[in-house]
Amino acid sequence: MRREAQLLIGVAAFFGLTDITYWLWGNAQGGATNLDTGFGGVVMLVGTILLGVVPGSYYFWWSRRMKPRPEDRMDATIEDGSGTIASFPDSSVWPFVLGMGLFLTVLSLVFGLWLMWPGLSLVVSAAVGATVESRRGGRV
Amino acid sequence: MTVLAQRPVAVEHPEHHEGPTGILKWLTSTDHKVIGMNYIVTSLVMFFFAGIMALIMRAQLTSPSGAVVSLQQYNELFTMHGSLMLYLFAGPFAFGGLANYIVPLQVGAPDMAFPRLNALSYWLFLSGSITMMLSFMVAGGAAAFGWVAYAPLSEATFSPGSGPDLWILALVLTGFSAIFTGVNLITTIFYLRAPGMTMFRMPLFTWNMLVTAMLILIAFPVLTAAMVLLWCDRHFGTHIYTVQGGGVPVLYQNLFWFFGHPEVYILALPYFGIVTDVIPVMSRKPLFGYKGMVFATMAIAALSTGVWAHHMFTTGVVLLPFFSLLSLLIAVPTGIKFFNWIGTMWRGSITLNTPMLFCIGFLLAFLMGGLTGVMLASPPIDFVTHDTYFVVAHFHQVLMGTAVFAGFAGFYFWYPKFFGRMLSDRLGKLHFWFLFIGFWVTFMPQYKLGLMGMPRRVATYQAGLGWQNLNIASTVGAFIIGFSFVFFLVNLWVSWRKPVPAGDNPWDAHALEWFATSPPVHHNFTRLPPIRSERPVWDFHHPDALTIAHGENGHGKLAGTAVPAGQD
Repeated sequence: MRREAQLLIGVAAFFGLTDITYWLWGNAQGGATNLDTGFGGVVMLVGTILLGVVPGSYYFWWSRRMKPRPEDRMDATIEDGSGTIASFPDSSVWPFVLGMGLFLTVLSLVFGLWLMWPGLSLVVSAAVGATVESRRGGRV
Repeated sequence: MTVLAQRPVAVEHPEHHEGPTGILKWLTSTDHKVIGMNYIVTSLVMFFFAGIMALIMRAQLTSPSGAVVSLQQYNELFTMHGSLMLYLFAGPFAFGGLANYIVPLQVGAPDMAFPRLNALSYWLFLSGSITMMLSFMVAGGAAAFGWVAYAPLSEATFSPGSGPDLWILALVLTGFSAIFTGVNLITTIFYLRAPGMTMFRMPLFTWNMLVTAMLILIAFPVLTAAMVLLWCDRHFGTHIYTVQGGGVPVLYQNLFWFFGHPEVYILALPYFGIVTDVIPVMSRKPLFGYKGMVFATMAIAALSTGVWAHHMFTTGVVLLPFFSLLSLLIAVPTGIKFFNWIGTMWRGSITLNTPMLFCIGFLLAFLMGGLTGVMLASPPIDFVTHDTYFVVAHFHQVLMGTAVFAGFAGFYFWYPKFFGRMLSDRLGKLHFWFLFIGFWVTFMPQYKLGLMGMPRRVATYQAGLGWQNLNIASTVGAFIIGFSFVFFLVNLWVSWRKPVPAGDNPWDAHALEWFATSPPVHHNFTRLPPIRSERPVWDFHHPDALTIAHGENGHGKLAGTAVPAGQD
């Protein structure tokens, strides 16, 4: 997990530096980062910092508390990671139903709001269907 | 039903699997290979639609008064050509199609981390594609404001009708599709790698897809937000992007390009990854400078997020030196990549087959597109050439270099893995040479046209300016490009009718996907080789060859011998 954490923290660090530079430089150069010009960029870069620092610090916290996984070790053999990897869903129609439900819902904004009824019904039935499917199939 | 995926050490028979077949398989599959292939086919269909639009536009420009389409139709065509190529072909072909299919195989995973989310991503992408194509069929026609949809042109006053609305909604749908795929890829790479597959042993294609997925998570939410705000302006009477109501039009450009410039690298990095995987295989050498490549990828991605406003130099309200500096800096990691690609080929035993030719075509095309990009990063040059054909030629050379040359290199390279059969090398080479010649004939005259002052997005131009001959040359080139794809289709047809079996590893390649059967079985692997370097399959098949792992200063050792313990 250590490399993964470093990667995400690195994202945050780089954009932290970029954001401060951008903002201060913009202020120094006649307000190119004012509210009515480029301030949006300052805000979006803060969002990017969060994207790195939130999962990154979580991974970092964990990476110091857990033993390296087989995929983190250079000397791990395939046997070290044998057994159950994870559980995966089998064929399922619900992603299709959910996708078409969202499609109809979105189209209803152009072709008439009545389309939202079939659309949202599909979305709800897909949510229920996928949940039931997961429970019946065991742990996911 | 849920299936527990096992990682067998070595079993004789593949995991028993019975699933639906035919149309039901297409509708219900959560297998990353089926979904990846769906993405590839859908995005290629979009590519052909967009290509035909380009040919119509080129036909229009052969004469100054062009009578092929009306002015409004021309605006719709260039808008939809750009939108289809960028949103529905170049991105989804790489991170929806090839990445979906190849990344789990390359890290030794049974499937993507969230298979049902993966299926949903595809259905959202298909819905978005249909939504965008539907806009041709509504009253008022398709969106006609360019693929960037600058406000206030994209506001309800100047672009009324439901065509632009459908365009906005299509972007929201495909945007969510991309975000879901990005989350899925990152989780797969972080959590489903095979034992011994440390981060710095992953193939470069997987590294590039990881970095691309992070760029997607940075960029696409901003696009979706910009589109929702645009929708509010158009329908709910807000004035976020209009001056009359106290809004800020340049805010739209900031939001759009904060997505739009990372998007350029979302369209480029996956293809860099393809090239970085193909060149070592066809040169029969390990990659030159593995870690340098990884860090160059990260540097390109990081810098690309800090340069959004270099598309807005002429607005007069951006911090010119900051954006110019960061844009110029991107040339450094890109240069590292170029030298490493050449270093990999240097003294290699090069096979000039179809995938390798396409890679070399990519190197040349991207070099030209990249160098003109460095020129455009300089504000004084950009002020003169902004919105001229110089820019058009620049970004077409960049994007065709990546999405078409490198993209088809990947397609020819992995086709044996997809279907267990070969494509004809002769037809592939014909495809390459026609594409290559057509490419230069199309775009070199456009640089000259741009320098002579021809603006982009015009359907007619004044006669007597010396523009017509260059435009005719460009059109001839475009039709050569179009013709080259006949060889591609014939190639697919031949391989369908007269299959040539490929075997599991026809190229004697390096990465784990070549250890699976062709096509891979359900949940991919029945056995895995020991992973001791970034070339596990090569080590397995050539146990007597010296391996020189990165960071070991050239002290070669036999594959399969003890490796130092510890993390990396």
